[in-house]
Amino acid sequence: MIRFTHVTKTYPRTGTAVQDVSLHIGKGEFAFLTGPSGAGKTTLLRMVYLEERPTVGEVRVSGTSSLDATSRDVARLRRKLGIVFQDFRLLENRTAEQNVAFALECTGAAPATIAPRVARVLGQVGLSSKGTAYPRELSGGEQQRVAIARALVNDPFVLLADEPTGNLDDRATRGIFQLLREINAAGTAVMMATHNLELIKRNDFRTIEMNRGSVVYDSAEHARPQEALEL
Amino acid sequence: MRSLRDAFITFRRSPLLSALSVTTIAFSLFAFGLFGLVALNIRQALNKLEDRVEIRAFVAEGTPSELVDGATADIETFPEVQSARTVSQAEALARAKRELGEFRDVFEGAVLPASIDIKLKPGSRDPATVKRVAARVQAYAFLNDVRYGEEWISKLYRLRNIASIAGVVLGLAFAAVAVIIIGATIRMAVLSRAQEISIMRLVGATDSYIRRPFLLEGFAKGVAGGLLALLLTWIASLLINRYIVETAFFDERTAALGLLFGAMIGLIGSAISVGRHLRSV
Repeated sequence: MIRFTHVTKTYPRTGTAVQDVSLHIGKGEFAFLTGPSGAGKTTLLRMVYLEERPTVGEVRVSGTSSLDATSRDVARLRRKLGIVFQDFRLLENRTAEQNVAFALECTGAAPATIAPRVARVLGQVGLSSKGTAYPRELSGGEQQRVAIARALVNDPFVLLADEPTGNLDDRATRGIFQLLREINAAGTAVMMATHNLELIKRNDFRTIEMNRGSVVYDSAEHARPQEALEL
Repeated sequence: MRSLRDAFITFRRSPLLSALSVTTIAFSLFAFGLFGLVALNIRQALNKLEDRVEIRAFVAEGTPSELVDGATADIETFPEVQSARTVSQAEALARAKRELGEFRDVFEGAVLPASIDIKLKPGSRDPATVKRVAARVQAYAFLNDVRYGEEWISKLYRLRNIASIAGVVLGLAFAAVAVIIIGATIRMAVLSRAQEISIMRLVGATDSYIRRPFLLEGFAKGVAGGLLALLLTWIASLLINRYIVETAFFDERTAALGLLFGAMIGLIGSAISVGRHLRSV
């Protein structure tokens, strides 16, 4: 479903961000992406939604290849992906509902289907009562729920989350993580970049650890070394 | 339909920025329009002068009038000639008296030569053509004295050429300034919506979908700015007409063309700004 084949990404000024990475994320899988800042996690995720193309190697996502995808192919691919960031990226001048509806409006959904779909995902993330609130009226955790609702509204096959809990306190973090698990349980694959080792230790999901652009550990290939994570 | 609504919503969401863009477009086009008005009036004045370009062939005394009339009819068939007219001795005298007004008694008892007055078609009034026609007229034996104000015509044409070149150069400069300013205001509008654009791309909107409302918006702003500029230019021409000098205003076709020009600048400026933005993110 998502396959990296000997992928290297080099930037002209800052050098190599990702170094010879090969990996495969299967359908419905939950994978943590971890490692220190600058390890290449964000670049790896950006290559999944083809915001970046590899300098060497190939990224193939649900039939779309980084080698020959046109900008239209990329747009079509993104309609099947959900993407969430640490900073939520909501439009301040739109309500929660309008922010979610925005994703449908600008991908050409039939107008009559928009309102019920928005109501459904807002219910799914537990914000049914806050649909008419503006982002500034919501807590950080609630804003991230709106962002997740927006990511889910097109029924993606995978949810890409780049430090989704990075700006949240423990309570909100647990809530968001619980939500991601539910989404995964319903069949959507989740790829989550995080620094939060507690979260990783407490859950028995696949863990891919990166350092200086390379994958240094992938629990799908090794037995889980409990002591490595104790560090 | 949705992009139309989007474009309209943008006007409502950020009325200040939209008004600023429209005003900027309007004033750039207004400067261009004022310049166009000056160019138009200089051109019309020169055309009026040019209407007076004329060849006058004096008839030798004692030439039979049938011969003169025959020559007049002949000359009228020249491709460059608009009209040719025989002016008899009596008519010449009457004209001279009329033109000289209070000095008319100078001509008491005088005899003036008859002539053939030749008017040339527009487009055949340049020095070279006038000279060629004059030479052909001179071929008639009884038309030995042909005058056409050679020096005056070449001066007029030099002036006209300078005015045309200056017009084109200044016009291009004004248009370039207008395009740059308008491009900048549209870039501002694009940047003010940069976040919206980045989210659109993230959720899978196509580039053409993202571009469309901006193009419509640019087009609408161009039309609005063009209308405002036309109004301002019209008011300016009324004021000049009233207090300074009689001026002509653009005809409907030129005005419509100006409006179209504004709309095109808005559209092209938007296309460039959005295109650059989409490539850079």
